[in-house]
Amino acid sequence: MIVDLTQMKPDETGIIKELCGGCDFTKRVQGIGVRPGKRIRKVSSHFWRGPQTIEVDKMRVAIGWGMAKKIFIEVDR
Amino acid sequence: MNKILLMGNPNVGKSAIFSRLTGARIIVSNYPGTTVEFTQGQMKIGEERPIVIDVPGTYTLEPTSKAEEVSVRMLYEGGLVINVVNATNLERNLYLTLELLEKDVSLVVALNMWDETKHQGIDIDIKKLEKELGVPVIPTCGLTGEGIKELITRFKEAKNLKTKPSSDSDKWERIGEIVERVQKLTHHHHTFLQRLEELSIKPLSGLPIAVGVIYAAFWAVRLIGEGLITYILEPLFDKAWAPLMLKLGALLGEETFLQNVLIGKLIDGSVDFKMSFGVLTTGLFVPIAMVLPYIISFYLILGILEDFGYLPRLAVLVDNFMHHIGLHGFAIVPMMLGLGCNVPGALALRLLEGRREKFIAATLMTISIPCMAQIAMIVGLVGQRGGQYLGIIFGTLFILLIVKGLIMNKFIKGASPEMLVEIPPYRLPQFQAVIKKLWMRVSGFLKEAVPYVLLGVFFVNILYALNIIQYFSSLFEPVLTGLWGLPKEAISALIIGFLRKDVAVGMLGPLNLTTKQLIIGSTILAIYFPCIATFVMLVKELGIKDMLKSAVIMIFVALIVGTLLNIIL
Repeated sequence: MIVDLTQMKPDETGIIKELCGGCDFTKRVQGIGVRPGKRIRKVSSHFWRGPQTIEVDKMRVAIGWGMAKKIFIEVDR
Repeated sequence: MNKILLMGNPNVGKSAIFSRLTGARIIVSNYPGTTVEFTQGQMKIGEERPIVIDVPGTYTLEPTSKAEEVSVRMLYEGGLVINVVNATNLERNLYLTLELLEKDVSLVVALNMWDETKHQGIDIDIKKLEKELGVPVIPTCGLTGEGIKELITRFKEAKNLKTKPSSDSDKWERIGEIVERVQKLTHHHHTFLQRLEELSIKPLSGLPIAVGVIYAAFWAVRLIGEGLITYILEPLFDKAWAPLMLKLGALLGEETFLQNVLIGKLIDGSVDFKMSFGVLTTGLFVPIAMVLPYIISFYLILGILEDFGYLPRLAVLVDNFMHHIGLHGFAIVPMMLGLGCNVPGALALRLLEGRREKFIAATLMTISIPCMAQIAMIVGLVGQRGGQYLGIIFGTLFILLIVKGLIMNKFIKGASPEMLVEIPPYRLPQFQAVIKKLWMRVSGFLKEAVPYVLLGVFFVNILYALNIIQYFSSLFEPVLTGLWGLPKEAISALIIGFLRKDVAVGMLGPLNLTTKQLIIGSTILAIYFPCIATFVMLVKELGIKDMLKSAVIMIFVALIVGTLLNIIL
């Protein structure tokens, strides 16, 4: 099932399918290591549309809510 | 070879390698964006003395913030580039490496944090990686100095390949291949620190931890600061320095100009370090016995938190709140640095993306975040009258932070940008590294602040002697007395506040103010304008136009808040 990053639950894992945003957005997100094809684990999600933290390649990244909405993941459910 | 650039992703240890190469002391911490401007130093290789430049971290050669812009600009100035790569995250780091290989520069790769790969079950075949990239790859550990010698000896093997430019996706594909060939991962168990990492970033456990950490940090800062004052510095001044000053005073002759400037007024025949206001009495007592202890304790605790890697976690936890005041979570970093001194705080504004964010953060910081020197003086002066009064001052500043943030967020066009930040692993702070950083910051204070404090106290005496203070006090009497309920002589503190805020707060001491007046005076001194050093830095960072706008807000807020406090209290 494909969901956006904010819809993933903590500790769920999945594979990034698509980054749906402008060039600036994709460049930044990819530059930090969040790219299609990567296996990720959601670490946490903060209240009231707070940042989403994920683990990718043994590294943790915090991603603001609006950006997280544009990252789509095939989750293992 | 006359120039060496250290380039790499944020938080890979460029600054640590820089100080190994040059012996220069610079701030090294565990969060992305510690270095926001390039730092340069010189090293010695045989007869050569190349300049080494520590470039702010960047993920790609297409900059997304001012700090990154600086890095990319440096690249086109040529020289040898040391690409510092985080060995524990080869894949992501190699993107910049491939970008660098396309440029017209000689390259070597320092595979840093090599020691951490072992704990993490990462095995990298260096020889293979060298073959894949075509440039020398040297495993290093910047913190301990491992591999630095080999790095230097292999500078001469650096190669300028200038490979054919390739597209983004081609690069990632190539990186996939490389990593597949050179890296093996083995499973490893989570350590205690890693479990703690997880807990401190989940909201339900993270928020209580954050409250605990902040509380413990403040408690420790106060305990250490007060301890240093009560047991070491005050006795030193009272028992050793005061008698000396009395003798010197007698030597200079009573009520002479020199005595007034150097020793100041004698209170009941003795030196009162808080009231006398001579250059050698109050001028030394303020920076050394009142401010320095808190500078030491604050930077000690901040250094431990920085090196541990706690700040980025705090940034994630407060991101939500910060969005309401027009910023994102990472703006907590300049704010925390500003709590030590607004100047490095202003410099760290470069971490923020846009003009709007910078403007809001700068205005909030200068108004609501008093520096440690000022806090120490307020604690020393107002704290004597009762802790609850400190609560009023800092509470007012905090409420102001929120109210102003809400207002600016609403009325300044644009939206607060989103946070995108790498959260580094926790690392146990190394004693030597913490002490070295503390010493750098403390000696910075002694060298840069103390002369200004002495100058400030000297100025006060001159201004009084020339009747300039008297002139300004009648000019501003309507505001000072009419609106704020302060004696008109308080203008002297506002004038000196442009130079040093700590001296300015100290000047409220001899005015015999009521507690209410002391609270209003201290609060206004925090708000009304930044000190000259911060002002200059902000003009550089924001531009003169935005800085003037920000200054208008400050003065306006000072007028309103002073008047309100005068009515309410």
